[in-house]
Amino acid sequence: MSPQAADIRAFSIALGDDALVLGQRLAEWVSNAPSLEEELALANVALDHIGRARMFYGHAAEIAADGSDEDSIAFGRDTRTYTNLLINELPRGDFAFTIVRQFLVDAFNVPFLTTLAASSEPGLAAIGEKAVKESAYHLRRSRDWMLRLGDGTAESHDRAQRAAEELWGYTRELFEPFGAEARLTAARVITDRAALEDAWRREVGATFVEATLQVPQSTWSIRGGRDGVHTEHLGYLLAEMQFMQRAYPGQRW
Amino acid sequence: MVSERRIDIVPAAHAARLAVRRASADEPLWALLDSVMDPEVPALSLWELGVLQDVRRGPERIVVVVTPTYSGCPAMHAMEEAVRQRLAEAGYGDVTIERRLSPAWTTDWISSEARTALREYGIAPPDTTNCPQCGSARTVPISEFGSTACKALYRCEECGEPFDYFKPH
Repeated sequence: MSPQAADIRAFSIALGDDALVLGQRLAEWVSNAPSLEEELALANVALDHIGRARMFYGHAAEIAADGSDEDSIAFGRDTRTYTNLLINELPRGDFAFTIVRQFLVDAFNVPFLTTLAASSEPGLAAIGEKAVKESAYHLRRSRDWMLRLGDGTAESHDRAQRAAEELWGYTRELFEPFGAEARLTAARVITDRAALEDAWRREVGATFVEATLQVPQSTWSIRGGRDGVHTEHLGYLLAEMQFMQRAYPGQRW
Repeated sequence: MVSERRIDIVPAAHAARLAVRRASADEPLWALLDSVMDPEVPALSLWELGVLQDVRRGPERIVVVVTPTYSGCPAMHAMEEAVRQRLAEAGYGDVTIERRLSPAWTTDWISSEARTALREYGIAPPDTTNCPQCGSARTVPISEFGSTACKALYRCEECGEPFDYFKPH
């Protein structure tokens, strides 16, 4: 594997981890959602993310050609080799927390995947082209919910505001490329995610205003996901998700 | 005077798929797969749904090219199994199924005939949210997501019936 192929593989796995971990968090709402329609919506969005993870992992496995596959990548790694951004792994919280997180991530994913679709690497470009259509639909819904929660009852407003305050420090990481990604950016295989930050702040800020919410003013931020340094929450998620393959390695249906 | 015949314009996206099929030397294989329906929307075959892109006889095996609808659509696996089964029944045991992501699946690939079939089946096709039962335009969305990844849930204000709407994608 050339050094650049190794970088594409690492980048593809990182994006797969983002999608898989968030997909798992969304799937936790199945049988717990506030209404049947919301349950279907959350499950559908979860499936889109898990399907996206499968495509990124499959692409990584194809590049490596080392006998790995999407399952071994998903089920055969521990927290220190998971490289998802921290915002995706935070516990689902209440409905407001799930929605605010989804909105912040969707609002990033739409422009990010649009640029990925223009990648010079055909595999990444194809996944970006496919996934951006889905994220655009997710954003329509999560943005709509932002307005309804923020401009809804005093209770829903407070919960949405609290969620935004809790999440804000995790959003900085969205705009920080890690080693492999920075090299791919320098080689013009992909474009720089840092360049998306200003437009994201404007878009998110405009929705917060419309939803009568305050854009958090906190200045702390936290990072580490891409280095495999996670919050205490990821280990529990992986333990549950990976239990079967850990107990019965290589077991198939 | 020669009367002008009005010709329906085939959307470019669909025309490109039709061209692949017409240029194929393996029409019997295509015809065989026309009987494989979407397990979740049995009014449409995989070809009409826009999932089936190509089928050809390779040197040793049959190659089928499919484009997934939604990334997480759980029916994709069932569709691929149904393709294998249909071909096996016809004596083709060695089948490779290739997944092609680009160009991404779009509802533009659903032909106008297939849209009519959808409406008759009780699902509003992607071009209209009019009620498939009574035709009324007075309909409201209930949920952006419906019983499957490709549909949203609507209700008709005129006849009171809820219905699935095939989301444009």
